[in-house]
Amino acid sequence: MDLYEYQARDLFEKHGVPVLAAAIAHTADEAEAAAKKIGGKVVVKAQVKVGGRGKAGGVKLAEDPADARAKAGAILGMDIKGHTVRTVMIAAAAPIESEYYLAILLDRSNRTFLVMASVSGGMDIEEVAHTAPEKLAKIPVSAIEGITLAKAQEIVSAAQFPADVAEQVAQVLLKLWEVFQSEDATLVEVNPLVKTKDGKVIALDGKITLDDNAGFRHLDHEALIDHGATNALEAAAKEKDLNYVKLEGEVGIIGNGAGLVMSTLDVVAYAGEKHGGVRPANFLDIGGGASAQVMADGLSIILGDKDVKSVFVNVFGGITACDAVATGIVQALELLGNKATKPIVVRLDGNNVLEGRAILNKAAHPLIEQAETMDGAANRAAELAAK
Amino acid sequence: MSIFLNETSTVIVQGMTGSEGTKHTRRMLASGTKVVGGVTPGKGGQSVDIDGHQLPVFNSVSEAIAATKANVSVVFVPPKFAKAAVIDAIDAAMPLVVVITEGIPVHDSASFYAHALAKGTTRIIGPNCPGIISPGKSNVGIIPADITGSGPIGLVSKSGTLTYQMMYELRDIGFSTAVGIGGDPVIGTTHIDCLRAFQDDPDTKAIVMIGEIGGDAEERAAAFISEYVTKPVVGYVAGFTAPEGKTMGHAGAIVSGSSGTAQGKQDALEAAGVKVGKTPSETAQLMRAILER
Repeated sequence: MDLYEYQARDLFEKHGVPVLAAAIAHTADEAEAAAKKIGGKVVVKAQVKVGGRGKAGGVKLAEDPADARAKAGAILGMDIKGHTVRTVMIAAAAPIESEYYLAILLDRSNRTFLVMASVSGGMDIEEVAHTAPEKLAKIPVSAIEGITLAKAQEIVSAAQFPADVAEQVAQVLLKLWEVFQSEDATLVEVNPLVKTKDGKVIALDGKITLDDNAGFRHLDHEALIDHGATNALEAAAKEKDLNYVKLEGEVGIIGNGAGLVMSTLDVVAYAGEKHGGVRPANFLDIGGGASAQVMADGLSIILGDKDVKSVFVNVFGGITACDAVATGIVQALELLGNKATKPIVVRLDGNNVLEGRAILNKAAHPLIEQAETMDGAANRAAELAAK
Repeated sequence: MSIFLNETSTVIVQGMTGSEGTKHTRRMLASGTKVVGGVTPGKGGQSVDIDGHQLPVFNSVSEAIAATKANVSVVFVPPKFAKAAVIDAIDAAMPLVVVITEGIPVHDSASFYAHALAKGTTRIIGPNCPGIISPGKSNVGIIPADITGSGPIGLVSKSGTLTYQMMYELRDIGFSTAVGIGGDPVIGTTHIDCLRAFQDDPDTKAIVMIGEIGGDAEERAAAFISEYVTKPVVGYVAGFTAPEGKTMGHAGAIVSGSSGTAQGKQDALEAAGVKVGKTPSETAQLMRAILER
């Protein structure tokens, strides 16, 4: 889960990373009140989970509370790369002397953690990494030892932080490691980390990604989920514990196993090229042991998507054999009754495939068509969606 | 021959007394795997009857090894306790640990991987994987044993169901070993480890490699193939239609920016001389053509 900037700021504060006073606002009124409380000049910042908001006009300096009100009024409701701004953060303005960059992240390639640090912060760090890689220090961090004071000092020296901020930056690194480890983050990034005119080091903007798998030991992370930003179909699927992602196309997809479903999307898109460019409408993995109820839940989510013109059920019978899956489909259609209105192409392969196909043949449901192969089924589903 | 797992492999099940553990112990026994016991801390001294097999339960992996001489452990322990279970196995110097558990926090898997690396005596497969099968010899994990038999193809895949699909497509030819390495961001055994082992295995004549979006494992594998692998390799990559920034079931299957895209992976593999299929069936056809040549 990616956090909003203000959520990252709050977690920084909780773990002692130096940040500026700030508050969030959902209306211009709230923005004015927040600015009054903070006092002096403030920065009004759009809260969206996408980069480039500054260039899009989503970050403005305000001279006083009335100005903060006006600026917030302009930013709220703004569309930034498809994300509607519903929240702004009002933060104290700081006189900046230098901008740095710090991040701790999971390094998949080396199966360990990595710190990236640079004294050239503020701008797009990918640009720095690309054009001036020598300005970005990359230091591996052991998952067992973590960031000790000695490690923090090694990083500070490798990135060539100036002597007057070295000690402060090392302390920030220790606190960021605490955030990274104790909150089960996979990314903690500060950009920029700034030195103010009076010599203080402060985290001015931050990004945190939390590991969803660690939710069981962070019950407080539940409150960080932004339910309003979730697609209605995705929210309904989540309620049923289904692994569903809404896409833009017309062919509804149900399958078992993440890899097979991803592959099914590709095969449908590939077949769709011959049928007016139809595309998969969603990702839905019903998992290994799919019961009739799970199949019914999945089908009802997909049939509730008004963009869907046809459905492709692609199952490889492994531990749950094809006869059980076929029974599930038949029962699901009974449960759904006349709510099921779109053609469904079913491809079964694997364990007990003949029994499974026989069950579907016997049911002879008018919406169900069977196909022998995955490629053939994808082609038929695409053809039906194109009509 | 086969890789990592053969007819002499002797297996214990960590988490055998749980419902998943019991269910899959039964299936592994039915497929001929030599399962000799289980580990559940606090339940040592008990024994479990699975279809007539009396399997002893131990408190720790080291006790289990001392009593049974097991050289493989398979982990069905829930995510909350998985790290402790895997570290128990590493501390006991268990040579092969297959972690089936899905949903382990990545800080935990990074930690047990680092432990295994430091100790240098354990190979981990997984987590979040279907396991490994050397058909006709041994089956450790949840891969259905009856899809196909022994043969000349080696298979390595991030995905469980795509592994089954590919084994099914090529079931008349058969496999030396199929390894499901798992879809998590941190895994113990990579495509490269398997490619190296298949290259060195005299009974493997050709290799199927299945990848998916996210990370750069396939790109690294492609570089390794150019440098080391002389046997024919065919590939398949899932996730061409996956949108950026969304997780598609596997935690590892997330694309950020331009890295980790399916196209990038396909290009890298093709540049290394790997024939890449557009669909699983087409990939199977490519393999068939190579073996029938």
